[in-house]
Amino acid sequence: MKYIMLIYQGAALERQAALPEEEQKQVYADYQGINQTPGVTPGLPMGLPENATTVRVEGGKTLTTDGPFVGMKEAVGGLFILEADDLDAAIEVAARVPAARYGGAVEIRPSEVYW
Amino acid sequence: MTVGQVFREEWGRVLATLIGFLGDFDLAEEAAQEAFAIAADRWPRDGVPTNPRAWLMTTARNRATDRIRRDRALEAKFGLLVAGNRGEEPMEITTFPDERLELIFTCCHPALAVDAQVALTLRTLGGLSTDEIARAFLVPERTMAQRLVRAKRKVKAAGIPFRVPPVHLLGERLDAVLAVVYLIYNEGYGGRDELAAEAIWLGRALSELLPDEPEVHGLLAMMLLHDSRREARFSDGELVLLGDQNRSRWNTEQIAAGRAELDRALALRGSGPYVLQAAIASLHAEVPCDWAQIAALYGELTRLTGSPVVELNRAIAVAETEGPEVGLRIVDQLGLDDFRYLHSTRAELLRRLGRTDEARDAYRRASKLTDDGAERRFIERRLTELADTTGSTGS
Repeated sequence: MKYIMLIYQGAALERQAALPEEEQKQVYADYQGINQTPGVTPGLPMGLPENATTVRVEGGKTLTTDGPFVGMKEAVGGLFILEADDLDAAIEVAARVPAARYGGAVEIRPSEVYW
Repeated sequence: MTVGQVFREEWGRVLATLIGFLGDFDLAEEAAQEAFAIAADRWPRDGVPTNPRAWLMTTARNRATDRIRRDRALEAKFGLLVAGNRGEEPMEITTFPDERLELIFTCCHPALAVDAQVALTLRTLGGLSTDEIARAFLVPERTMAQRLVRAKRKVKAAGIPFRVPPVHLLGERLDAVLAVVYLIYNEGYGGRDELAAEAIWLGRALSELLPDEPEVHGLLAMMLLHDSRREARFSDGELVLLGDQNRSRWNTEQIAAGRAELDRALALRGSGPYVLQAAIASLHAEVPCDWAQIAALYGELTRLTGSPVVELNRAIAVAETEGPEVGLRIVDQLGLDDFRYLHSTRAELLRRLGRTDEARDAYRRASKLTDDGAERRFIERRLTELADTTGSTGS
């Protein structure tokens, strides 16, 4: 199964910034570890939601607004692709993502073939 | 065995094996349904076969392979692939693994919403129809049908595994399974007997499949012991409290069965929440009741669960041994202001202390918070009794 793993930072970035240096290093090391896990294809590092631009088209007109589609706190913070046997295996990898233990979350989406 | 009994016993098992074999809930369910329909037509006329399970499995399996072959032939017609020649040989009886455990762990996977876990468990393992489940949970049949379709779709799309979880996951996943069975039982406790019976049936199946898990026996013991008082809990549709129940209406056979399960749990050194609750239910079935022991067990259960509702139960037991005043002191420390049983418990203790006005207020609070007719009528009777004793002090 192929899964798209969406990382939501929630309060995680703030909480991580307040951590002692050793623990911050551990956070980086943990992300590194995720990227090197067999089956993982890392996504490009994602910039902050406050630098996002949201585009809609209404009546043929392009409407551009500042910020993410959802609220700043609810915006996607990063993603990676995971090839795993089943959902339990994906849950185990998700639980290793630092954001998940610092007030954020990981959403597991199965990939789908539409065409 | 009657045809109905065979169906009841075999549905979950046949379906589980088919899902394991086919890897597809819908295809397995369709095939099982067809096989059971053929049996319902033939067996009453020709008699039940010597090995009904093997008959049902083989028939269902053949239906499913026919269906796959038809689909493949159709695909082949369009040049997609050539139909294989598998599944011709009849399945041997020894090749029917019992995969009900795999099935229940799949149905109760935490990636499914709890109401979907419940519905899927009742449909697949319990063999209840969508309509029966809908009626039991008081939702329209369409809603329940959608819930089941969505759940089955997610099992497939999200890759929820069909297996007994590995050891490092077994504990938490088993908790989820037991919680589903307990929830079904609780739904049935308020008078919907078919759900209570279904939960006990599932509990029995689990205790056969996981004979070394004390909490499984604990849950079954607790359900059996509570259920043994079902007949006595109501008299002419009115609620009867434990102390006032007609004990000749307790089901002694069920009490014995419950205690046997509890003994198995204790022999396995069980001391989890379900085992504790079963032990408490067992003590409740004794005359006279050992309230000190019950209070101690509730204390242990509070320590395990941290639940204020458990603490409320402990207060009731403490009131029996150390007096209503001590019980009331515990009750008044609990932050359960919207919980009707907090107020009905307070009311009862205040009544015993002769604090009639406060008791009346507490009964009224409880009455406002309940939507159960029998409970409300019970409170009304208490209020009438209080009105009769107004002016007197002491109990």
